[in-house]
This record gives sequence, structure tokens and C-alpha cells, in this order.
Amino acid sequence: MSSYSNEEKKECFIISWKNLTQGALIRDLKRIRENKTGSWRSLKPIWNKEKCINCYRCWMHCPDAAIIIKNDKVVGINYDYCKGCGICAHECPRKIQAIIMVREEK
Amino acid sequence: MILAKTGNEAIAYAMKQINPDVVAAYPITPSTEIVQIFSSYVADGVIDTEFVAVESEHSAMSACIAAAASGARAMTATSSQGLALMHEMLFIASGLRLPIVLCVVNRSLSSPLNIHCDHTDSIASRDSGWIQIFCEDAQEAYDTTICAVKIAEKAFLPVMVTIDGFIISHCMQKIEVLSDEEVKSFIGEYKPNYNLLDVDNPITLGPACLPDSFFEHKRAQAEAMNQALNYIEEVFKEYKERFNRELFILEEYQTNDAETAVICMGSTAGTAKIAVDSLRNKGYKVGLFKLRVFRPIVAKYLQRALKNVKILGILERMEGLSAFGGPLFNEIRSVLYDEVQRPLTISYVYGLGGREITPEEIEEVFLELLSLKDKKREDIEKFKYINVR
Repeated sequence: MSSYSNEEKKECFIISWKNLTQGALIRDLKRIRENKTGSWRSLKPIWNKEKCINCYRCWMHCPDAAIIIKNDKVVGINYDYCKGCGICAHECPRKIQAIIMVREEK
Repeated sequence: MILAKTGNEAIAYAMKQINPDVVAAYPITPSTEIVQIFSSYVADGVIDTEFVAVESEHSAMSACIAAAASGARAMTATSSQGLALMHEMLFIASGLRLPIVLCVVNRSLSSPLNIHCDHTDSIASRDSGWIQIFCEDAQEAYDTTICAVKIAEKAFLPVMVTIDGFIISHCMQKIEVLSDEEVKSFIGEYKPNYNLLDVDNPITLGPACLPDSFFEHKRAQAEAMNQALNYIEEVFKEYKERFNRELFILEEYQTNDAETAVICMGSTAGTAKIAVDSLRNKGYKVGLFKLRVFRPIVAKYLQRALKNVKILGILERMEGLSAFGGPLFNEIRSVLYDEVQRPLTISYVYGLGGREITPEEIEEVFLELLSLKDKKREDIEKFKYINVR
């Protein structure tokens, strides 16, 4: 599920309560970046460049910041973090349908 | 300066002087006035607190949590059903180690519906990881509210300050207040450990901690509560040194030679003092212990103070519905269990739903406790009620 290295996993299991951050706070963003939650996906959004009108609705609503925008244009979906919730497809204007959800293939 | 204030007014006045960054609240009897008076201070421009009128107590605590996580000093007030509705968020506030101060005006919980005082609401939250300090009167409520801010911010734990609904919240008395500057300098600036809004230093708050780490986080939180008493002692001591007003953790009244005593929390301590005086005048050696700090359990104070007591009546303003007495009774008994010298303990449940308790009734309790001396332990009834038909 996670993409921790074996060494990191080991480190995780040996941290005593005495050395934890207060309130389970995480300052180390490296850990979070490396935890590729895309592996949770059962449905996958497929983005169609031809149909997309760059309204940014998907980008605004994506809870995982997985819609990639470059030079003010949507350029794709970051499947490393997209959990396949389908909000982007739902928010994409009905007449446009630039994002559709398909079954994830393993 | 001496002012005439009700308990609610005293707390609202203390909150005004604290001038927290955020107060998010939803009104509920009998704590409504705290929020109402406080929001007037904000509306009148006396203070610059961000006042958030939320749609429920669950949201009130949620907003306080968000504010505190963003580095703000956050406070709120509630009672009874309101505290019950906050219940879920109470654990989140303490688990995230956020120093929120919550003023609870104690009121019974439905059903049946009742708006008057007992301690069921805050005691029902006893395992939520909050420090709980009970106050006897408006003066103590004023002083404790100010201290609570400092205790919370030293311990990084949330604090509940409680007063008895209507009995204290709505009755006026003379209180001595500090100047705004004195309060400001006493509580100082809040230095948060982190700020969720600091975009240059992004953090993750409230992550999922699965079986491999949840336990360790809870163990660390338990340690924070283990250490909390040190901070309470420290802050009360500093308050006394600076303003010459003593705040007790466990107050003792006529206990030096008392072999028979009662222990209680909240306004009943004032009533019990009259009963003690009256019996002392008649030659009985009786005393009173007023427990102020309910969480953390102040075991070492209780063990030391109750060592020489032979019979202890534990007066509790809640029915634990446990078939073995209320939480106060069980906890005090448990604290004493390993002691070589320990009193016989009897549970007295009283005052539910605002039922009045009089000095005469407490005198009767004392006389009953005194009469138990010659009885065999197995003949003694352990679970008693005061003034129930």
C-alpha cells in the first residue's frame, strides 16, 4: 500500500511514544509525498484533452490536488495520488464530459 | 476593583480581559449569558476577538479546534446537551493537544428534561482528555478562567472550567477583579507549536494512525495528563504570588483534627462550610474537603489529605447509574485503596436536576457518618441519597 522503503518502515515501528510529535503532527512532507495513495483506486478518471474546456472545476474540487495544470491549461491527472473518488467526473460540465470514470485495471 | 457579578458575568468578564483570538459558541441555558455578554463586548468594540456564531455546539468546538490549530487562542462556553453534542470533538481537541478553554455551566442531561444543576454533563466527559476544574463561586470562576488559559497553554491540553448552573451562574456576588493589564501580563502571549495557516511551513494535522502508531500517540497523550498537575500547581502558585489570591487544588476546611469529613465539588462546598461551622460549635470534630481538580485525578493530594480521616462521606452531584456509586465515589475510593491508613467511604448522591441541598441536610450527613463509628463494616449501607423521596 505505502511506498515506504524497508528502512523507513523499520524506523516507523521503533519510534517510542517519548519521541513522537505532539498531537500526531507531521512536519516531514517527504513521507506524505512518498505515500502514493493512487494505489487505493478502484475507478480511474480518464481525461480527454479534445473535449476539455479548461474550466478548472475538476481542479477546484479535487480533494487530492491530483489535477495537473501547466501554463493555465489542464494537462492530465496525477495517478500517483488520485484515489478515484470521481468528483472530477461529476463536476465536469454535463455537456462537456471531458472526464469519465473507468474500472481500474491492475 | 470590587464588582457585583453573577457567575456567568464573572466568566464573561474574565474572557473579556483574556481577549482570546477566537470565540465560537452556541447559546444554551444556563451558560447562554456568558456568550451573550461576551458577544456584546465584541459588538461594542471593547475587544477584538473574532466571534463566530455557529449553528451547533459540535460546530462551536470544531471552530475552536480549527482556530487553535491555526495558532489562535480559542475559548467557548456551554452546558449539558451542548457539551454532549461537543463530545466527539472534545477528544479531537485533546488528541491534537490544543489548549482550548471551555467554560461549562453544569446542568443535568436529559431525559427527563431539566435545565438545573448537576454535574452529569462535565463528568460524562471525564475520559475525553480534558483538564477539569470545578469552582465553588463566581470569584473562583473568575480566577480559574484566567488561570485556565495559562494552564492549557503550558500543558498543551484543553481545560474545562465549571460552575454550578443557576446556583452560581445566575446568583450575584461580590468579586474582586484584576485590571485588564494585570490579566494581559499574567497570561502573556500564546506561543503555539504550529500554525496550520503557515503556508511556508506546511504540516499535516490529524493523520490516520493505524495499529502501528495509534497506541504510542495515546501513551504520549496520557503522559501529558500525568504532567498536567505540575502546570496547575505552577500557575496557581504564580497567581497567588502576583495577586495574593489563593487557588486550591484540594481545599481543606476544619480538617486538622477531623476524623469525620465530607468531600464535594462546586457550590455545595459553601453550603457544607456552614454545616461544618454549626457542628463545630456543638463540639463535633468534622471537616470538609473541596475537590477543585477532577481531571487529572489528584491522587497524591487526596492520599495525603485523607490519611487521618476515619469516615468520609463522598457527596456527588451525579448518579453514575453504575450500580456501584458515581465516578467521584469510585475514583476517590480507588485512590485510597492501596493506602495503609484510609477512611471508610460512603457515597451520597445529592442535588440531581437542581434539587436544593441545605446546610441542615449536610449536618444530618455528618451526624449519620459519626454514628457509623460503632457499626460493623458489613452492616453499613454504602450507597446513600440525600433528600430523595
